[in-house]
Amino acid sequence: MKKYILRIAETEYMLFILFGIFILLAHSLNLSSGKIIQNNFWLFFTEMIAFLPFMFILVGLFDVWFPKEKVEKHIGKDSGIKGTFWVILLAMLQAGPLYGAFPVAYMLWKKGASIKNIFIYLGAFSTLKIPMLTFEIGFLGLKFSLLRTLVTLPVFILIGKIMEIYLRDKYFEIRQPDLFRKDKK
Amino acid sequence: MKILLGLTFIFLVISFFADRKKTFTGIRKGLKMFLGLLPTILNVLILVSIFLYLVPNETLIKLLGKNSGITGVMIAAVLGSVSLIPGFIAYPLAAILLKSGATYTVVAVFITTLMMVGVLTLPLEAKYFGMKVSLIRNALSFIGALVIGLIIGIFL
Repeated sequence: MKKYILRIAETEYMLFILFGIFILLAHSLNLSSGKIIQNNFWLFFTEMIAFLPFMFILVGLFDVWFPKEKVEKHIGKDSGIKGTFWVILLAMLQAGPLYGAFPVAYMLWKKGASIKNIFIYLGAFSTLKIPMLTFEIGFLGLKFSLLRTLVTLPVFILIGKIMEIYLRDKYFEIRQPDLFRKDKK
Repeated sequence: MKILLGLTFIFLVISFFADRKKTFTGIRKGLKMFLGLLPTILNVLILVSIFLYLVPNETLIKLLGKNSGITGVMIAAVLGSVSLIPGFIAYPLAAILLKSGATYTVVAVFITTLMMVGVLTLPLEAKYFGMKVSLIRNALSFIGALVIGLIIGIFL
């Protein structure tokens, strides 16, 4: 028994299990806080599960179909402004919160995208996704949305440039979180 | 979301007819990456759920609606950085903020930090980029959001 408890404690699911116990306790004690937190969690969980697995399947398909040389040519180090245009377009077509962009960034990196374009991708993903823009226009108006887009664009391109200059002479890589690696601290 | 679903489906069908074996390799690779990341994602979602309970929308409106000037902008930047609110909640909230007296600068800073800066998702980001690079990206985005907000404030 002790062995099993220790094994669970070693995994990254520890917090999740504790959370489950907390929710069960809250239910039996009829705590309103537990119910609100549970509802919040469910909202975020359904949002995540509705898009992230598909995003990963697309990333996997991208991995097997697109050869590195091609990707590198279009969005790599020497791709210039055209490459930047392509990553922004790619980012705009996607959906979901920022953490969904990290696996895509990893795949682009693996296929030879430049550092600048990786960070421009993250910037465009977080601020210029078309599904999100439609929401923004609906609630805050076209004028606000257009102005925000125009101001934001140069800002994240600049961030991409800064990251590139900063990381140019450093050893930088984007890693893939491993399924079977144990994180021991 | 629907676009992504449709896109995945179309690519899957095309890929399947082009090369069955490659398709399965791709799906397996993708799902393996997803499962590898799942515990970290769940942990982040738990943190966010608890955070949203501690700081509900009404509190956000109270804090951001009244406070103007530099204080308001800084509060917006910090709240936006530590929150992770999906767009379908954030935008209606932003509209309410404007109605309850928040300036365009405050709303723009809040929305931009919400989108570009993620303190709660740092553990997730660090898994890919390393902690140092993640911190730098978030810090630059934080400054960038302030600049964006100020410029929008000049025009609106």
